[in-house]
Amino acid sequence: MSHNTLIPHLFRTEFSKIIAVICKSYGLQNIQAAEDIVSETFLAASETWGLKGTPDNPQAWLYQVAKNKTKDYLKRKILFREKITPNLSHNDSQNPVDDINLSENNITDSQLQMLFAVSNPILPPEAQTALALRVLCGFGINEIALAFLSNKQSINKRLLRAKQKLRDNKVEMVMPDKNELANRLSSVLATIYLLFNEGYYSTTSEVKIKRDLCFEAMRLLVLLLNYPPANLPKCNALMALMCFQASRFDARLDESGEIILYENQNREKWDFELIEQGEYYMNQSANGDVISKYHLQAAIAFWHTRVEDETGKWENILQLYNQLLQIQYSPIAALNRTFALSKVKGKKQAIKEALKIDLKDYHLYQSLLAELYTDLDKKKAKQHWQMAFDLANTEGERKVIKKKIMACG
Amino acid sequence: MMIFRYVADERNMNPSEEETQKIMQQWQSWIGGIAGQGKLESTEALGYTGKSVDGKHVVTDGPYAEVKEIVGGYLTVKCETEAEALEHAKGCPILHETGGKVEVREIMVF
Repeated sequence: MSHNTLIPHLFRTEFSKIIAVICKSYGLQNIQAAEDIVSETFLAASETWGLKGTPDNPQAWLYQVAKNKTKDYLKRKILFREKITPNLSHNDSQNPVDDINLSENNITDSQLQMLFAVSNPILPPEAQTALALRVLCGFGINEIALAFLSNKQSINKRLLRAKQKLRDNKVEMVMPDKNELANRLSSVLATIYLLFNEGYYSTTSEVKIKRDLCFEAMRLLVLLLNYPPANLPKCNALMALMCFQASRFDARLDESGEIILYENQNREKWDFELIEQGEYYMNQSANGDVISKYHLQAAIAFWHTRVEDETGKWENILQLYNQLLQIQYSPIAALNRTFALSKVKGKKQAIKEALKIDLKDYHLYQSLLAELYTDLDKKKAKQHWQMAFDLANTEGERKVIKKKIMACG
Repeated sequence: MMIFRYVADERNMNPSEEETQKIMQQWQSWIGGIAGQGKLESTEALGYTGKSVDGKHVVTDGPYAEVKEIVGGYLTVKCETEAEALEHAKGCPILHETGGKVEVREIMVF
């Protein structure tokens, strides 16, 4: 690999590892410094390797340089503390400048601790995702801005505020103990799934970024699953869910990045290996006596990997949505339930129930009604498509709806 | 709050597996419908047996009153009006049972 492709690749994998280890040893409050140190390390790499060629062991080179830069930084900081501000209180660890442990075990531990730290519920969800992308996934600010359809300044602000909040609340890098783990796990799973959804439902047109987000989320969950106390049924259920959804990634978008609806997807593009993986995790999740929302969602996603003519598909999906809605209401679940109802009890019944749902300003609600009225009442179908068009958020969605309006004649 | 009342008899005390499935589906559909509107607060089904404690702390068997009328469970629904709640109640599967009734009560807010 030429160093031009090697460095971005290494950045993605090593950035988060080194930052996590530094923060584990010297405290989360130094996270900004850790980022700077690693960024400088990579800068040095691109300058040096360009001139002298790629080293035999690029990873080791990076680790050595990062260690040295960290030592320098800490020496300067201690000097500052001892000579310049001896009376200011500080909560840095009292560790002497010792060797930073970049062994595989410590890297894994550190990353896990970082995962729990960024999933802290005191941070708003967008902050958690942005921080996870930056610190755990090694995404550049531009990439994050692209993923969120935002700009560099907003993302930088968001990250700054998030780090400040972590500092103000003295959040530490530590694995929660057994009792706390179950609680904290909910936030972690939520953050990971949020990340996944950014990729899966993201409205950005950058297909590569979407795919990367999905796979980063899955990578983080695997990291979590490999930590035995966190290898719980609901975590496996979430993994199954993500595998099933990701299996349709290639089929969901066409060459120009437009969404292809489920009925129109080329099933040969479905990734059957991922589906198998999903089934494996689903089996792993079939333990214990708690049915989490992830179990239900995974089961629904499982049914979507099965073709229509298998008996019971839509009846099962309907019952699963019934249960899911009792655990947690969400507009999307309500709409999907109504769609499943139409498959089981027919469109008329579904329309009756749909009209009781109060989501008039939601474009997907209007789209659903339009779909249900198709073949029953052309005029109403067109009306609802038009409303959906007016409410749609993105060009991609508007394109799809426009086609539907034209098809109404 | 909707309180489900019915009269216990041979049939509903010992349903066949098929009947149980069918009944479960009806309940799930009805509850799911309410949940789908974002109006479900909470719901529970109650078991067939239980005990009662009276003023003298005497414990007796069974939740029964005179006739074998039992409370089967409850569902709390978010509504603006009593009329709305009654509309929801009309879809309740308990109404298919012997002596099935739904009592609709407003929850007090202090």
